Order: sequence, then structure tokens, then C-alpha cells
Amino acid sequence: MFELFTRLADWSAYGILGLTPDTPLGEAVHFFIEDVTKIFFLLTIVIFAIGFFRSMLTPERVRKVVAGRSRAVSYPMAVGLGAVTPFCSCSSVPLFIGFLEAGIPLGVTMSFLIASPMINEVAVVVLAAAVGWKVAALYVAAGLTVGIVGGLIIEFFKLEKWVEEYVWKIRMGETGLQQGATTFKQRLDYAWGQVKEIVGRIWIYVLVGIGLGAALHGFVPQEFFLKYASADNLLAVPAAVMVGIPLYSNATGVIPIVEALMAKGVPIGTVLALMMSVAAISLPEMIILRKVLKPKLIATFTGILFVAFIGVGYLFNALLT
Amino acid sequence: MKHFKVLGSGCKKCATTADLITAKAAEMGVAVEIEKVTDMGAIMGYGVMSTPGVVLNEAVVHSGSVPTAQNVEGWIKS
Repeated sequence: MFELFTRLADWSAYGILGLTPDTPLGEAVHFFIEDVTKIFFLLTIVIFAIGFFRSMLTPERVRKVVAGRSRAVSYPMAVGLGAVTPFCSCSSVPLFIGFLEAGIPLGVTMSFLIASPMINEVAVVVLAAAVGWKVAALYVAAGLTVGIVGGLIIEFFKLEKWVEEYVWKIRMGETGLQQGATTFKQRLDYAWGQVKEIVGRIWIYVLVGIGLGAALHGFVPQEFFLKYASADNLLAVPAAVMVGIPLYSNATGVIPIVEALMAKGVPIGTVLALMMSVAAISLPEMIILRKVLKPKLIATFTGILFVAFIGVGYLFNALLT
Repeated sequence: MKHFKVLGSGCKKCATTADLITAKAAEMGVAVEIEKVTDMGAIMGYGVMSTPGVVLNEAVVHSGSVPTAQNVEGWIKS
């Protein structure tokens, strides 16, 4: 199915632009054209389809569903719903307060917030198209596990004391608002609105990601990665996670880089650890969460994720290479 | 007079929402009052968790996204 995009790239890079295959520039331009067309096509289709078929999944609804459940249910639910519930990161603060106010434990709430940027259904489909379903499934499994473990650790150490005091005093009102598209026309409008909103928000990350992926693909020799990023080099995984911390991108934006690195033979654990770190740990998100979390909790939260991603990297490298 | 409140902690989308209502009201020649609510306690008091939210005469009419122009028109007419 995706051969179409390869052929389109062949035709435009080698035919129209007259570049030569197997030269750095030819390979990079080919990668760029193929990924830009393929990823934006997929983004449009997937976001539209999900927007059309899914009944409105709002944070308000998730809060109602998760509240009052036992931990054995609420943790898996929080990460699962965190992965599929759309919300803008500027809503992290009201979401956080709303969850705690409903009596949802801090650990469960943090699990939701960890899983949310790391996994989403659109990124999973694009990842599967780029590097195969197996890698996509591993990424999802690892992301959900890290979300649950991160939340459990925060709960175990009773870190509620590191939540800003005012948060506990806020009381949430009831609202009868039930928005949701019902007719065919409304669903179409909603789905199309979602495409415009999400693509409008993330296109720049995706484009930069494809540019970097294309540069890696064309200009960085395979030997470089074999020398520095093989599974034998134990520093490669922590280095990948470190590199990902200051970098911030939407999960979908990292995928072209994942694709390029895997094609160069960088082991899967190292690549997935990088992807998780870029998507999940970000300075803008930390600054937003600072409104409700004390610095100690932000540091702990980042530290837990840092260690967890390194663990994921080593584990996959040991098992799968 | 219609009294709108835009709920949100000062993110870009909230400003866009407020501007949209101002522009539409001016276009339709209807006098409205718009207030931006940024206090988290007040926002949550309306039961809104996803911002931006829109409150019209103390009733929540929208949450979670920038409303469409048709939506805004509807509220101003209502």
C-alpha cells in the first residue's frame, strides 16, 4: 500500500529533480519526499477516521469513569485512556486538579499524564507504517507499562505532599454540558475540524522530524552508528534518553528519526528510548505542571521517567538484538 | 446584554476564542460583554476541565476547543 509513496519519491527525486540514487543528497531528498507525502496522508486519514467514529472522549468523561475504581482497574484504565483522550497540553492543569478533586489518587493521575503525550493512536499508526506493527506494539506496551510503574512509584512514596496546597482546596462544579456530534453531517464536520486542528498544531514538529530523518538517512554513514550506537555500547541508551530530554516534539514528529535510525542498524531499544524521551519529557510541559506540582515532584517525576526509559532501552536491546 | 466568559489559564487558544467572540459580535452589531476568567478555582467551579471553555450568561456552552464561527454566531443570536 505504501509503495505508492516510494514510487512517487522515485519519480520526483530521481526523475524530475534529476538526482542520483545512492548519493547522499539523492537519498536524503528521496526520504524527505516519501515521508512528507506518506506521513501527512496518513495523518489526515487516521485523524479523520478516528474523529468520525469515536464518540466524544473528553477529559470530563474520563474523570467520571476512573473515579472510585480500585487500583487494579484504575491504573490500566488511566494509561489506556491517557493514550486515546485528546487534550491540549494547556489543559493539563485543570485536568490534574479535576482528577484529584474527584478522589482519583495522585499516582493514577500521574499515570494518565505520563501516557498521554507518549502514546496516541495517530502516532501508533504512523509508527506501524514506518517501521512495522511489531515495533509499534512494543512501543505501546512499553509506554503503558512505564505509565503504570511511574504512577505506582509516586503513590508508593506518598508524594501528595509535593502537590501545591491550593490544589486540594478547589471544588469542581457540575455542568450539564454534553457536547457530541450525532448526525452524519455533524460527525463529518467534527472529524474535519479535528484534522485541521491536530495537523495545524503538529505539522511543524513532523516537518522538522522528517528533515532530521532525511539528513541522518542521507548524510550520516552507517559506520558512525555501528561504532557509537550498537547494543554493546552501554552508554548509547542513556545518551539517547539524555538527548531526548531537551528536545521536544509531538510523538509523531519523532517517527521519521526512528525510521532513519533503525534503517542504519541502531538497535530497537535505543531508538524507542529516544522516542519516549522526546515525546514524554519536555520543558514546556514541566513549566505548565509547575503550577500544580512543587519542584521536588517535577524532579522526581522526570527522574522516574529517565530511569524507566533507560530500562526499556536495555531490556529491548537485550531481548531483541 | 449577553455576558460571555472565556475560561482558560491564558493559553493561545483562549485568546483566540475571546477575539473570535469580539469580532463576531462587532460584525453582527450586537453589544456583548466579554470577560476572561483565568483563575483556576473559578474555571473548575464551572465544571470545566478542558480549556478554552465558554460561559454564556452563567451557563457553560462549550469546552475543550476554540469554538467554530457558527457556534459563536448561534450564541450571540440566542
